[in-house]
Amino acid sequence: MQYWAIQTLNSLALGGLLFLLAAGFSLIFGLMRIANLTHGALYMLGAYIGVSILKVVPNLWAAAILSGLVVAAFGGVLEKLVLRKLGGNVLGQVLVTLGIAFILADFCLVVWGGDPIPVPTPSWLQQPLRVAGLAFPAYRLAVVVIAVLVGIILFYFIEKTRLGAMIRAGVDDREMARAVGIPVSRLFTTVFCLGAALAGAGGVIGGPIMSAYPGLDADMLPLALIVVILGGVGSLTGAFVGSFVTGFVYTFGVALLPDLAYVILFLPMILVIAFRPRGLFGKFAA
Amino acid sequence: MKRWIVLLLACIALPLVSGEYYINLASQILIFAVFASSINLLLGYGGLPTLGHAAYLGVAAYLSALVALKFGLGHLAAAPAALVGTTLMAAAFGLIALRATGLGFLMLTLALSQVLWGTALRWVSVTDGDNGLRGLARPAPFGINLDGATAFYYFSLVITVIALAFMARFVSSPFGAALKGTRDQARRMSALGHDVWMIRWLTFIYAGFWGAVSGLLFVYYHKYIHPVSLSLANSAEGLLAVIAGGSGTLAGPLVGAAIVMLLKNYVSAYVERWNMLLGFVFVVIVVFMPEGVVPGVKRLWRRFISRA
Amino acid sequence: MSFNRRRFIQATGATAAVSAFPGVSVSQNAPIRLGLMTVKTGPLASGGIDMERALVQYLKERNNTLAGRKVELFVGDSGGVPAQSRTKTQELVERDRIQVMIGPLDTASALATDDYIRQAQLLTLSVAAAEDMTQRKPNPWFTRGTSTSSQCSMPLAEYCAKTLKMKRMAVIADDIAYGHEMCAGFMRVFEDNGGKVVQRMFPPLTVPDYGTYLAQLKTNVDGIFLGFAGSNGFRFVRQMNEFGLIKKVTPVGGMTALDEAVLRNMGDEALGIVTSCWYSAEIQNPINQKFAAAFRNEWKYDPGFYAAATYTEAAVLDQTLQRIKGNIEDKPGFMKAVRSGTFDTCRGPVRFDQYGNVVGNIYIRKVERKEGRLVNRVIHTYPNVSQFWTYKPEEFLKNPVYSRDFPPAKNLEP
Repeated sequence: MQYWAIQTLNSLALGGLLFLLAAGFSLIFGLMRIANLTHGALYMLGAYIGVSILKVVPNLWAAAILSGLVVAAFGGVLEKLVLRKLGGNVLGQVLVTLGIAFILADFCLVVWGGDPIPVPTPSWLQQPLRVAGLAFPAYRLAVVVIAVLVGIILFYFIEKTRLGAMIRAGVDDREMARAVGIPVSRLFTTVFCLGAALAGAGGVIGGPIMSAYPGLDADMLPLALIVVILGGVGSLTGAFVGSFVTGFVYTFGVALLPDLAYVILFLPMILVIAFRPRGLFGKFAA
Repeated sequence: MKRWIVLLLACIALPLVSGEYYINLASQILIFAVFASSINLLLGYGGLPTLGHAAYLGVAAYLSALVALKFGLGHLAAAPAALVGTTLMAAAFGLIALRATGLGFLMLTLALSQVLWGTALRWVSVTDGDNGLRGLARPAPFGINLDGATAFYYFSLVITVIALAFMARFVSSPFGAALKGTRDQARRMSALGHDVWMIRWLTFIYAGFWGAVSGLLFVYYHKYIHPVSLSLANSAEGLLAVIAGGSGTLAGPLVGAAIVMLLKNYVSAYVERWNMLLGFVFVVIVVFMPEGVVPGVKRLWRRFISRA
Repeated sequence: MSFNRRRFIQATGATAAVSAFPGVSVSQNAPIRLGLMTVKTGPLASGGIDMERALVQYLKERNNTLAGRKVELFVGDSGGVPAQSRTKTQELVERDRIQVMIGPLDTASALATDDYIRQAQLLTLSVAAAEDMTQRKPNPWFTRGTSTSSQCSMPLAEYCAKTLKMKRMAVIADDIAYGHEMCAGFMRVFEDNGGKVVQRMFPPLTVPDYGTYLAQLKTNVDGIFLGFAGSNGFRFVRQMNEFGLIKKVTPVGGMTALDEAVLRNMGDEALGIVTSCWYSAEIQNPINQKFAAAFRNEWKYDPGFYAAATYTEAAVLDQTLQRIKGNIEDKPGFMKAVRSGTFDTCRGPVRFDQYGNVVGNIYIRKVERKEGRLVNRVIHTYPNVSQFWTYKPEEFLKNPVYSRDFPPAKNLEP
């Protein structure tokens, strides 16, 4: 009983982290049709920047927000200077994001060195929570709560605000949106910045669980891809559901069938693209 | 045609003027050129961007190694086994991957190769996981020993020339023309009665076959295979080589392969952060020379000629 | 990003000369060309960078001169990719004409380069732990001054059984050969000393988080052996603490689980953890005290496994060269000199067995706080430990190499 309970909570925590990572990715992919392969590196960059911010501002939540803003700014510059030039060249955009990921990874190595840097857990969340004889890290529960909160805020933003409506329009039909007068280019930059911010902040929030280390980008990117393909591109609900499904599949899969860990991870995604390309909630096929 | 002959002569003459290190580097460029050319069949001529081609290189290499190590058979058995096995796998993967086009196709090829990579890493009883397979030998066609740098170089050169010749015939054949048609105007081709899916699937298999050939050359050269050869990074470098050189041309992948290999192996000795440099080159080429180096240079050459 | 123009010009000139005239011979007063095969980019970079720093320190302390000859250092970066390691080694040999190589860092790279080392007859002083290269498939040009994967875990197993009086243990390690070999050695000695290993887990090397493994960990064991490399040990211990498990199950670590490199980032949860290694920055011999102090002075952190590895190999190289009067061109002579006689190094006195592997002290250490920082204090020393522990070499070698399947785990409980 203990084992199943803890594994379930582990799955939820991983799902929460994945949601922070994948929500931005899904929006970018949905609106701009760019598979942003830099997303893992943005997450890692956020984690590292958070580490540096924490030296000056020892509050994890503040560090997460500030780091998110810095990464968002970087994302904005990236979008305007590089991605914009490749408008229409979808493959080019994907490749460029891959190249930028290379550069960012090496940059982080130069600035922060090759050792893994721990991100301290906020002291009031360090002790395990004891409920019904089970001990479970309080911080991981907090991550789930944060993910849900962020999900609610994003949902409200996308569904109830004018900006959100414009984004939804752009995802549904870009040409029509342009024709109706929606400033699609500016929207692109906004969405890219938003996605980058979520990734960067996510990196800091995931820090106490994963730390900041070289290779973090390569570990997180495939997970983001899986979540978004599974959940469906351009759909927040899809990212949310996909994250938790992936969290469960990964956690239980690794525990029950460790040798097939990668197969378990990618098989759902392959099946989805092959037989239901829209994913669970997607607006269009990837 | 004349340009090709000159290039071939230069390649043949290389070992006469260079030390062992450069001959080995040239062998690696040739192997990578075959790999990149096989990607080009899909990307440049078929319009299908694949980010998982390292799978074919890797699986062929592993099959050849496993046949030798686990069954103790020689290369006469291992090479055909590897080629046939990988080509069948390409056929199967093609069935899955071609259910989508564009980005979906890209994601599927990526996912399939990641599954293989993960399997190679975790199926330790077969692949020895992170240790890789070693203790392999190079083949000795007609009894010629290929352990020396020069001998292996000429062997690779022969295989590369054969591969490129076949690919050139393929591309200029009626099938090749149909393939280019599906790249440019898939719907129209369909309306004209061509089976677009079948054309793409056959190309996928053909590209997988040549990827397997490059895999055999790879494992013969290194005498070692490790799961990292199946990784996304390897596929991406191949893709970069094609795009850098110029997709949709025969010479493009060769130039691109040379550029990437030189950067990785030669420049990295002098520039410490060569990873970053590779990333920058990636970005610069894609943004400023999206058609690739070969067409870009051709363009400048024509302008130069017309001015003279 | 640095561009070493002098090296570029030097190397181009040298290459042009050497490649045009492949038969050039080298005179006795020419500098010794030493290669360092390490990892400076990618996830294994922190250890690799330490390797370079310690080696450069050793050479600088001696004015870049060993046994009366100047030493030129060429550094190769494999990025942690075995095929790349092999290519870079070829480059160092064929283009830079190195005569001796220190490294590589990781086991997979050593295995990938094995046949090339044989073919080129490259004198190799290794950091990597690949067991069979000094056991069943010994490479005559390969010596190792650090340790095989299990050389440090076997004494620790005896320590756990006899001194710490543990009866039931779990083992967990990265799912790579290094991890398997370490756990196999540990399990064998622990069970030969009356204990039982009741659980074994091999998480993938790059798993983001250990929650799923911690959930499966049995709590009715006395301790858990950690066979991690890189930063995984530190992450696991931290998460053990967060799950409230660190008080219930005592962690003990292998030689890279709580290395000085990761220890400096840890907190109180690491206090008291026992590990075994062939080195500790706290070893009290004059060579080490000087080395560690100088290293700490320059880089502001204690030297660990990787820094000590190259510093040790450099000392071996230095003393061997002195014994053969600097004549590194005599390769068989060099190998013979390495395998006979003892060497004084920062890890204590060492010598090499007939297979080229080191025989030396293995230290049991405990994490303590000293002068405000965490250190691995030496609490026990096993002298003269070989790669075969207390087993007879012939019998040891008759068994298959340590792996996931050997020795078979007989006492696992579901």
